[in-house]
Amino acid sequence: MQTTFVVHVEDQPGVLTRVTSLIRRRGFNIESLTVGHTEHAGVSRMTIVMDSDAGAVPRIEANLYKLVNVIRVEHITAQPSVYRDLAMIKVAADQASRAAIMQLIDVFRARVVDVSPDSLIVEITGTEDKIDGLVEMLRPYGVLEMARTGRVAMSRGIGAVTPALVAPERRNVAHQADAMLDAGVSFSV
Amino acid sequence: MTKLTGAQILWECLVREGVTTVFGYPGGAILPAYDAMLGYPIRHILTRHEQGATHMADGYARATGKVGVAIATSGPGATNMVTGLATAMMDSSPIVCITGQVGSRLIGSDAFQETDITGVTLPVTKHNYLVRRASDVAAAVREAFYLARTGRPGPVLIDITKDAQQSSTIFDWEAAAPRPHGRPGPPPQDAMFREALALINASERPVILAGHGLILGNAMGEFRAFAERTQCPVAMTLLGIGAFPASHALNLGMMGMHGEAWVNSAIQQADLLIALGMRFDDRVTGALASYAPAAKKIHVDIDPAEINKNVPVDVGIVGDVREVLARLLPAVAPGQRHEWLATIEQTKGGSAVRDITNLPDNGHLYAAHVIKDLWHATKGKAVVVTDVGQHQMWEAQYYPHDVPRSLITSGGLGTMGFALPAAIGAKVARPNAEVWVVVGDGGFQMTMPELATIAQEGLAINIAVINNGYLGMVRQWQEFFYERRYAATPLLSPDFVKIADAYGIRGLSIRRREDVVPAVREARASGQTMLLDFQVEQEDTVYPMVPAGAALDAMIRRPTPLAETGADA
Repeated sequence: MQTTFVVHVEDQPGVLTRVTSLIRRRGFNIESLTVGHTEHAGVSRMTIVMDSDAGAVPRIEANLYKLVNVIRVEHITAQPSVYRDLAMIKVAADQASRAAIMQLIDVFRARVVDVSPDSLIVEITGTEDKIDGLVEMLRPYGVLEMARTGRVAMSRGIGAVTPALVAPERRNVAHQADAMLDAGVSFSV
Repeated sequence: MTKLTGAQILWECLVREGVTTVFGYPGGAILPAYDAMLGYPIRHILTRHEQGATHMADGYARATGKVGVAIATSGPGATNMVTGLATAMMDSSPIVCITGQVGSRLIGSDAFQETDITGVTLPVTKHNYLVRRASDVAAAVREAFYLARTGRPGPVLIDITKDAQQSSTIFDWEAAAPRPHGRPGPPPQDAMFREALALINASERPVILAGHGLILGNAMGEFRAFAERTQCPVAMTLLGIGAFPASHALNLGMMGMHGEAWVNSAIQQADLLIALGMRFDDRVTGALASYAPAAKKIHVDIDPAEINKNVPVDVGIVGDVREVLARLLPAVAPGQRHEWLATIEQTKGGSAVRDITNLPDNGHLYAAHVIKDLWHATKGKAVVVTDVGQHQMWEAQYYPHDVPRSLITSGGLGTMGFALPAAIGAKVARPNAEVWVVVGDGGFQMTMPELATIAQEGLAINIAVINNGYLGMVRQWQEFFYERRYAATPLLSPDFVKIADAYGIRGLSIRRREDVVPAVREARASGQTMLLDFQVEQEDTVYPMVPAGAALDAMIRRPTPLAETGADA
C-alpha cells in the first residue's frame, strides 16, 4: 500500500541522512522522497511516499518522531490532499513529428520549455498518473531523457494547517555573540 | 559575560550536569579537552581501550541511573566506541560519549585520524552531534544529557572539532537550555486505561512481563504494589531482573529462551499478558505465531515505536511506566488468583527434580554450582556484572536478585567483553557495593587488558572466570543444532592466575566444589581485587532451552537425572 507522510524537519546538515537511514534500517521501503524549504525559516518539508501496510504506519510515525530533528509528522494518505509531481521529458522530435507532439502536449496541459532541431523538452506538472499518461503517449516518438521530482503533497483546506512550527533559533544567540565579539563589541566579563 | 574556550565550556557543562567521573583515552584531536580537564573537579579513569571506556560509562549508568560519560579522540578512538554505543542503545542505557574531531577546515579531506563518526554511529545512538564551533558546545552538551536521560534513555555522541575546543566564545549556560522535542502532546489514552482495567479485572490467568523499563523508570514500588494488589504472577526479562524481588511469592523468574519451564508454560497458558517496560524481544517470545495464543495483551512502554512492533497487542499504553502504574493502581480491583497460582506451582515440581543445584556433588565442578555458591557466600547482596553466554544464563537462573541494579548485563546486543569494563564503571559509581564480575574464558579475553585499569585505580572488584575451555554457548548450539561439530569453539586460554599476578592482582584456581565457598570468602575478605579461575565442566549445557524460532513451550528440558548425561562420561 502506498502511504504518504509529510515530515517537517529542522533545516540542518545531515537531517536527510537521519531520515533515510532510519527508514532503511527499520526495513521500510521509500518510493519517493522530496525535500525543500517551507514558509518557516529553518524548517524543511519532506514528502515521503512509502510502500507499507497500514499496521506499520503508526510505527513509522513513532520512529520518525524519535529523530530529534523531526518537528512534525503528518500521515496524509487518508486525508483529502493535493498530490503533484513535476517532470521534464526530453523527446525526440524532428520536423515531421513535432506538430503531433505539440498537440499531445496541449491535451495534457504540459508545455514546451526547450526546442532544438532534433528534440523538445516538455515540462509537465500533475499527479503521477497524469505524467505517466503523457510519458506513455510520448514513448513512440522516443523519450530520450526524463527527470521527475517525485511527489509533493499538501492536505486540503485549513483544518490540517499546521500550527506555527518552531524553528530552532536558540543557537543563533551564541553565534550573534560571536559575531559581535569578532566585530570588536566588548562584553563585561 | 564569561569567555571560555570550547574545551572549557565542555567541562563547565559536564560539571553542571553532575558529572564527577569520566572514562577515557586521550589522543591528538581531543588534547585541548584533556588539557582543560585539569582545571575542573573531574576524576578521569584511563582505560586500556576506548570500547572499555564506553562499557565503563554504561556500567556506571546501569549501576546508578545517572548518565555515564566516556571520552576519546578522533578516528580509531571514536570507532572503538561503536560497540559500546550499540550495547547502550539496545539496552536503553544513558551514556554520553565525547570524541575529538580533526579541525573543521580539515573535515572531508581524509585528514590524519579523521573518521565521519557521526555518520558511523548514526544507527547506534539516540542522537549525535558534530560540533564545529565553540559557540555550539554548550547547547550540544546540555541537549545530549537531556536526550540521554529522558524518555527512553540511550547513548548520545558529541563529536567536537579541535578548533571548536580551542577557540573562545561567550559561555551562556541559560541560553543553551535544551529544547523540548518529540511528538506534540500525548495522544488521548483514557479509553486505553479503561480497556486495560477491564482486561485486568476480568482475567483469570494473568502474567506480568516485567522489563528493564521498570528499573529505568524507577517504578519498583508502584510495580510491587500493583502485582500484590492484583495477585498477578511476575515473569522477568533478563534485564528486568531486579525489578521485582526474586524472593517474592509472586515471582516466577526469568522468561524466554533460557527461562524455567514453568515460567514459559505460564505465559503460554495465560489469558492476559501485562507487559511493562519490555519489548517482546525474539529471545523472550520464541516463535511469534504460537506466542501466548490465548492471551489478551496489554503493553505499557515509554517508546510508542515499540507498541505492536513484534507482538500485536489489544491495549497499548504509551507512557512512563511509573505514572501508568500509579494511575492503574487505585482503579484496579484486588485480585484473588489462588487457582492460577496453584496451577503454576504444580508445574514447578517436575523442574525442581531437574534442578542442577539439587544434584549431589559428583566430583565435577559445575558452573551452576559456582553461581549458586557465589550467591550463598555473598548473601545475594552483590552487584553482579556478567558477560555474555552460558555463564550469563546460569547467573540469571541461579543468582536470585532482590533489588534493582544488582545485575548488570548486556542483553539486547549480547556484547562479549562487556563484563570487566562495565564492572569497573559500576564499582567507580558505587564504591561501597560489592561488585562481582562473572565472565567466561572467551569474553574475559576480549577486554582483559582492563585489569590494568583496575590496578591503576586501585579498585576492589572480584572476578569469577567461568572457565570451560570453550566458547560455551556457541558450542552448545553446535551440540544441539550442528551435530556436535565444534567449529572454532575450543578455546586455549592463558593461565589467568598468572595473568592476574602480572597485573599485581591475586588469583586462585578452583577445580573442586568444596573449594568454591572458601575461595569466594577469601576474595570478599581480601578487600582487594581477586581473580578466581573456576575450571568447570567443559561440555556443560544451559537448560532449559527454547531453540531459536521454536514455540516458547517447546523447550529442551534438563535431562533427568543429570548424572546420566555426558557431563559424567
